[in-house]
Amino acid sequence: MGRYLFRLPDIGEGVTEAEIVAWHVKAGDRIREDDNLADVMTDKATVEMTSPVDGTVTAVHGDVGAMLAVGAVLVELEVEGEGNAAENAAPSAKAETAPLPDKGGAGGEASPFPVEAGPPAAAPTPGPSLEREGNKKAAPKVDIPIGRKDAFAAPATRRRAHELGIPLQFVPGTGPGGRILPSDLDNFIAAGGLSRAPGGLAPRTGGEDIKIVGLRRRIAEKMQEAKRRIPHISYVEEVDVTQLEALRAEMNARPVEGQPRLTLLPFLIRAMVRALPDFPQINARFDDDAGVLHTSEGVHVGIATQTPAGLMVPVVRHAEAMSLSELAREIARLSEAARDGTAKREELSGSTITMTSLGPLGGIATTPVINHPEVAIIGPNKIVEKPVVQGQFVSVRKVMNISSSFDHRIVDGYDAALFIQALKRLIEHPALIFMGDGA
Amino acid sequence: MSKTLRPKVLIVGGGPGGYVAAIRAGQLGLETVLVEAEKPGGTCLIKGCIPSKAIIHAAGLFEEMTRASGEAGHLGISLETAPKVDLAGTMRWKDGVVDKLTGGVAALLRRAHVTVLHGWATFADAKSCTVETADGAVKIEPEHVVLATGSVPVELPFLPFGGTILSSTEALSLTDLPKTLAVVGAGYIGLELGIAFAKLGVRVALVEAAERILPLYDEALTRPVADWLHRHDVEMHLQAKALGLSARGLDIETALNDRFTIPAEKILVTVGRRPRTEGWGLENMAIEMEGAFIKVDERCATSTTNVWAIGDVTGEPMLAHRASAQGEMVAEIIAGRRRRFDPAAIPAICFTEPEIVSVGIDKPGEDHVVGQFPFMANGRALSMDAGDAGTFVRTIAEKNSGRIVGIQGVGRHISELAGEFVTLVEMGATLEDVAGIIHAHPTLGEAVHESALKALGHAIHI
Repeated sequence: MGRYLFRLPDIGEGVTEAEIVAWHVKAGDRIREDDNLADVMTDKATVEMTSPVDGTVTAVHGDVGAMLAVGAVLVELEVEGEGNAAENAAPSAKAETAPLPDKGGAGGEASPFPVEAGPPAAAPTPGPSLEREGNKKAAPKVDIPIGRKDAFAAPATRRRAHELGIPLQFVPGTGPGGRILPSDLDNFIAAGGLSRAPGGLAPRTGGEDIKIVGLRRRIAEKMQEAKRRIPHISYVEEVDVTQLEALRAEMNARPVEGQPRLTLLPFLIRAMVRALPDFPQINARFDDDAGVLHTSEGVHVGIATQTPAGLMVPVVRHAEAMSLSELAREIARLSEAARDGTAKREELSGSTITMTSLGPLGGIATTPVINHPEVAIIGPNKIVEKPVVQGQFVSVRKVMNISSSFDHRIVDGYDAALFIQALKRLIEHPALIFMGDGA
Repeated sequence: MSKTLRPKVLIVGGGPGGYVAAIRAGQLGLETVLVEAEKPGGTCLIKGCIPSKAIIHAAGLFEEMTRASGEAGHLGISLETAPKVDLAGTMRWKDGVVDKLTGGVAALLRRAHVTVLHGWATFADAKSCTVETADGAVKIEPEHVVLATGSVPVELPFLPFGGTILSSTEALSLTDLPKTLAVVGAGYIGLELGIAFAKLGVRVALVEAAERILPLYDEALTRPVADWLHRHDVEMHLQAKALGLSARGLDIETALNDRFTIPAEKILVTVGRRPRTEGWGLENMAIEMEGAFIKVDERCATSTTNVWAIGDVTGEPMLAHRASAQGEMVAEIIAGRRRRFDPAAIPAICFTEPEIVSVGIDKPGEDHVVGQFPFMANGRALSMDAGDAGTFVRTIAEKNSGRIVGIQGVGRHISELAGEFVTLVEMGATLEDVAGIIHAHPTLGEAVHESALKALGHAIHI
């Protein structure tokens, strides 16, 4: 059996003593290499003292709160050994002069720390910070990174560490000779690095450069084009959907043959189809290069759809000629096609107005971006139950906001408001949606 | 009428510290004013590094030609008559080199949109100064002040500059060669110039108070230089004191208290440089000093907020490249970046014969391992007539990590190895790293490789 004296290493940058802030071992504990022995704190940081070897703790020195000089024995360990090493380990001059607590002149193995980096004369034990006594096994290759006074890293690494406020002597170096590589700094930060510093929050410094290609690039270009060309005006109105929701629930509860489950969307599209003839300039495409507005009697509704690759807008053609069930089926079919990438080109173009809904994620208001070259986009928000004052009573109503954006070059704010109010009226009194449809 | 400028940055002094700081500040978009009384470039460009290197080069050519004109010739080359030097002509060539460089610096400053005021700045307090220019006084109230006033040659009270007593500045603009020259102070400036004049055929005597030349350098590095001086009949008076001027030359007193006169037509005093801290109102700025120098921290900040100091005025080593690095750093700090001056090493070079380069630790301790490789075993050195005995590259590394902490060398033409030396130290290279780097053959750099192999115990060519 051999004995290890684990001495408080030089923690660097002029630190001559440190306070013990926590013990993680006590005499008698079996410990393994890299186990945390104790936390010590300097005026710069709190540092975990990890064991360089397996062994059994025979003694710990100092209570929590005690100040310990650099070089003083922190922990005594008994380790597996094969006899006495004193005869073949040439004691260095420094080791001889070091006042070892038990026996002088023990085999001081090469210190992992530069001897010049030792503590000033005030420190009681200016010897190697880690020694193996009575053990002839070769000194373990311990590269405790802390304790270097000078940062062992290339200038760019030193500069980056300094910018991040990371004292490099706390960063374990994995390069040759313990050099701190750029990746060591990355790993240190990723591992929480400085969070061990008192009160320190670790900055996240990762990040990658992602080439914007494919659909994302199309989306980027289209959004840029829309925002660059179109002066948006946004308008948000609150709509009571209690009646509409009751109707929808009733229809879903007793579906007629072949009718798919109805979401809110087909109803909203029917309301839109109903209102649009009074606002021809809203169901249109604006060729601003030519200075021509192409209005459309047919309502081709773009359905903003989230797909794994990003946002796509498949188009329900001639929504005005579709019943609720047909709309529901067509929307389901198109969304599916968009998501699995089978949507045809013509199914992804030619819309005259667009509907964008995030469903339950809808929030209370959005400022949707117009699907250029259209001039309007409607974005229903989420439905919430709210106390609503009706006459003298407060009742719980299902309420939803409708957000909308219009191309202000074509649509005046007044007309935009009239259109949304017309929608509101239809939605709040859903019977109106179906009156005169000839259905 | 005096106008007032309120730039973001005022830099006082256009030497290698100040002009680099100005260019970097300009690059970073900071409104910058640089005040310089002479041409931009400072001591380095106008009366230091560059002119001395030009003279040294010309002197080297002259010496080679002189050797070729001897009876035996040189490398099989012989000249029928001895070469002649027209020192005024050499100086014109040197001035051309200097003008090219100062013109280049001025152009770079313009490109960086730096306002250059030609005049002398005088501070009334730490944040306001007046510059006397040809067009009248300009008042400047900057947000940041960078003091880069540099240094001046130290004068000996008993050998005041003027007449036959020269500082390095005058020595670099002599137009007639003296027959005899006494050099007081055998530091790197005295030796560089003394050797150059010796090569030009001047009888040179060196007077040095210490017991050897270049007392700040490791002795092994200076020995080949001392050998050269011996071989070329340069008188050396070590542990000797200059006493003063006499009719025939310089009176000195030797270590044995012998007094005699060294015949000298001119006397060059190179006993060091001192910070230029007078004549521009430093006393009005209430800035903390550290001895003769302005006290700065690792960011080059002085005791007054937003007043910075760089280069020679802040202390040793007084080297152009240190000043430039500090200048670049301070400009970046002013621009909001987080920087500090923490070089692993600052290279130092003596352009003596042979040249000396020193980087990092030069005195190995017991935890170091040393590998030394002689240029005598380097093919390129021999093929350039540069394989003199005693010249070498020496690498010093930590025993346990193999990390290179110092590299020195002495040899002809080795100043250009300074880049590799300092790169290895800064990058934290280990001996194994150098061993694994293929060095081109035949070059002097192979000696670096071999010295690392030697430290690892397996040099090939020795």
